[in-house]
Amino acid sequence: MPVNIGLARLSDHLLLLTVVVYSLAMLAYAGELAYGRRRVKAAAPQREPELALARASAGAATAVTAQAGDGAASAASTSGGAGTAPPRPAAPAGPWVRAALALTAVGLSAHVLGILTRGLAAHRVPWGNMYEFVTAITCGAVIVYLVLVLRYRAHFLGLFVMVPVVLGLGLCATVLYTAAGPLMPALHSYWIAIHVTAAVISSGIFMVAATTTVLYLLADRHARLVAAGVPGAVGGIMRRLPQPQVLDRLAYRTVVFGFPIWTFAVIAGAIWADQAWGRYWGWDPKETWAFITWVVYAGFLHARATAGWRGRKAAFIQLAAFGCLIFNLVGVNLWVTGLHSYAGIS
Amino acid sequence: MRTALVLLFLLAVASVPGSMLPQHGTDPAKVGQYISQHPLLGPILNRFSLFDVFAAPWFAAIYLLLFLSLAGCVLPRAFRLAVSARAQPPVAPQRPARLPFGWRRETSLSPQAALAAAEHLLAGKRFRLRTGDGWLAAEKGYLRETGNLVFHIALLGLLTAIGLGAVFGYKADVILTEGDGFANTVAAYDQYHPGRAVAPGDLQPFSVWLDGFHASYIESGPLRGEPSSFSAAIRYQARPGAATHRYDLQVNRPLNIDGAKVYLIGHGYAPVFRVTDGHGQVALDQAVPFLPAGSSDFTSEGVVKVPDAHPLQLGFVGVFLPTAVDAGGRLTSAFPAPMNPAVSLVSYAGDLGLDSGAPQSVYALDTARMRRLPIAPRPLLPGQSMKLPNGAGTVTFTGYRQWISVQATYDPGRFPALVSAVVAIAGLLLSFLVRRRRLFVRVSPAGPGCDVEFGGLARSDVAGGFEEEFAALTSELGSALPAAPEPAPQAPDSAPPADGSRGQSATTSEDRK
Repeated sequence: MPVNIGLARLSDHLLLLTVVVYSLAMLAYAGELAYGRRRVKAAAPQREPELALARASAGAATAVTAQAGDGAASAASTSGGAGTAPPRPAAPAGPWVRAALALTAVGLSAHVLGILTRGLAAHRVPWGNMYEFVTAITCGAVIVYLVLVLRYRAHFLGLFVMVPVVLGLGLCATVLYTAAGPLMPALHSYWIAIHVTAAVISSGIFMVAATTTVLYLLADRHARLVAAGVPGAVGGIMRRLPQPQVLDRLAYRTVVFGFPIWTFAVIAGAIWADQAWGRYWGWDPKETWAFITWVVYAGFLHARATAGWRGRKAAFIQLAAFGCLIFNLVGVNLWVTGLHSYAGIS
Repeated sequence: MRTALVLLFLLAVASVPGSMLPQHGTDPAKVGQYISQHPLLGPILNRFSLFDVFAAPWFAAIYLLLFLSLAGCVLPRAFRLAVSARAQPPVAPQRPARLPFGWRRETSLSPQAALAAAEHLLAGKRFRLRTGDGWLAAEKGYLRETGNLVFHIALLGLLTAIGLGAVFGYKADVILTEGDGFANTVAAYDQYHPGRAVAPGDLQPFSVWLDGFHASYIESGPLRGEPSSFSAAIRYQARPGAATHRYDLQVNRPLNIDGAKVYLIGHGYAPVFRVTDGHGQVALDQAVPFLPAGSSDFTSEGVVKVPDAHPLQLGFVGVFLPTAVDAGGRLTSAFPAPMNPAVSLVSYAGDLGLDSGAPQSVYALDTARMRRLPIAPRPLLPGQSMKLPNGAGTVTFTGYRQWISVQATYDPGRFPALVSAVVAIAGLLLSFLVRRRRLFVRVSPAGPGCDVEFGGLARSDVAGGFEEEFAALTSELGSALPAAPEPAPQAPDSAPPADGSRGQSATTSEDRK
């Protein structure tokens, strides 16, 4: 079936619109960090996201807050270590955050529609080359971010997720652009819908996790500077971020969510390789780096479970794992020749 | 677990050069090219098997170590699991409320009733319980050890399955021209890689014939010339005399016969030549597979050897162009599909050197004892002939057929490998995500009711969810234990009430330190 030119053009326009709207959202998130109103005064200015985190993560914990003042609630709130502040309803999001979230939602709609129209134009799964991979992964990252906003009120991540998303989509529009077309015969399999979808989703999740971890490292450094009484350390943007432990836990939970999906992507890839190439594992560069990425993420999970490796060391392992993931996406697709030569860029 | 992960990590690091350098197993020509381009570095890398990483002794050493570590771990771990499976939670400490997570309350219930209420709650949450005089200990999360053991055993199973495939499996390649067939025998294959324990008689006795091959390409737009589908119409027989079936062999659609799988790997053109020698005899009339030169226009190169030609043997080096066009005096192919097929030959006469006994590639012409015939190569269209000078004969390009390269593989380990991999991952996740935690309750009579102390600790709290679980448990316990009607006048060792609520306090170890 020939490519539907009109739909393909619509898809291109929608993705350009996405970049513009995301950029505006990015500005709004930056505005919130710069001019947004203080969340809570005095005692525990940075506790809210954490409480939201604690409240949302265990269904039963909601009962705790319902019985606030029962003593149990203060047990729930001791994880931060510092205070015994009773939970209070989180302050409503300020105008900057509301504007940013609205822009993000609009951008995401254009993003999803852009991907959908691309798939409809080419009559196939819309992730068959580098341009489409990056478009889909950034879309996954924005969705994961919005889920975190809904579950954990994690809109402090907004600016930091939007920066790589906008950069990635910008690269898509310029360097990586590939016209809509049919898939090469090697990709004619229903496994593309399973294997590549899982890889794209987990990559989006890991992208948000890595962003959170970078924030964690910054917040951790800031917290140690403040603790050491370094003058000038107090204040600035860091005051608007939650406590390091909260970021650390959020990053960990995000990885725990993404890891099984990544594992599934690798195993589905092995099954497909058996269908297509006559062996389930052949140390093709893509397979090798998928394995390396998997092992380093497993190493991160193990490090988190090991005393003495928590915190910064584990965070660096996670960033290394994300580096492997990115190398597998960019480096292996563009510079290394292997069987996975689907980038569509010459 | 740690040793296994460190060795897995080492395996990952060791596989990096295998992904960055050309490898013998996948592209031997590129390895030779790399070595000749890097005269200093190349031989050193070769010395350390860096062009054959996945068959290198040091790579084997790592996974053998992994195998040993796993095998050595499994037995002690199984014992540990067996012990812990029957283990009782430890006796409750004197002051459970002083544990990392603690809570206390004075209730109007009797000590027995309070303990029973706590026991009922924790048993309902599937905790393993142990009771004593005025105390209760509960533990949960034994699946963590189970997951750990399952991971080790399954990884062992995975390595065994891979070994199984390497010993009892085989892999073979053959080029099949339209109209031809092959039987699954060692002699039929161009390349044959059997496992150690595979005898020639073990090959499944199937036969395959290629009736026709069709490739379609994108004809317009920016992706013009990219392939859009390959399809080979084949017939096969599971064993001699069995019924013949038809099958549409495609990429991603292998043929499964008795556990062996037949894959469509590649394709190309085989121009058909008829060569009449100097004596007027037809010395050759057959399709000769040409290899694609690597360009997307499918220009293919090949060699025609005519050992039966007399008085002199003949040889040709040729180029096949599927869609020949004249680009400023130079002949090139404009499209991979055979829209205007043409062939251009350089002719040689002399001794092909086939009788010397030295092995020769069918895709290369040894011109050491041959003489190039003085005739300029010109494109031949199907049906056209070229008369060779000096009465050496005539060559006719009668047409073309297509060939496919087919791979037959048999790997008895593929299904066990899949099962092991899935089980290993499940075990790994269990051991990462399940937290082992203990809870203790102690009751002591106080006033009309009793004083309940409740405390807990997580032995491994990766996700950091224990405080929420503890908070949920305390609130449930709190609603099961009605508070004492009025503060007991002499509550022993009672902390000052926190948060203005009476008769109870929540503490953490940080508070006490």
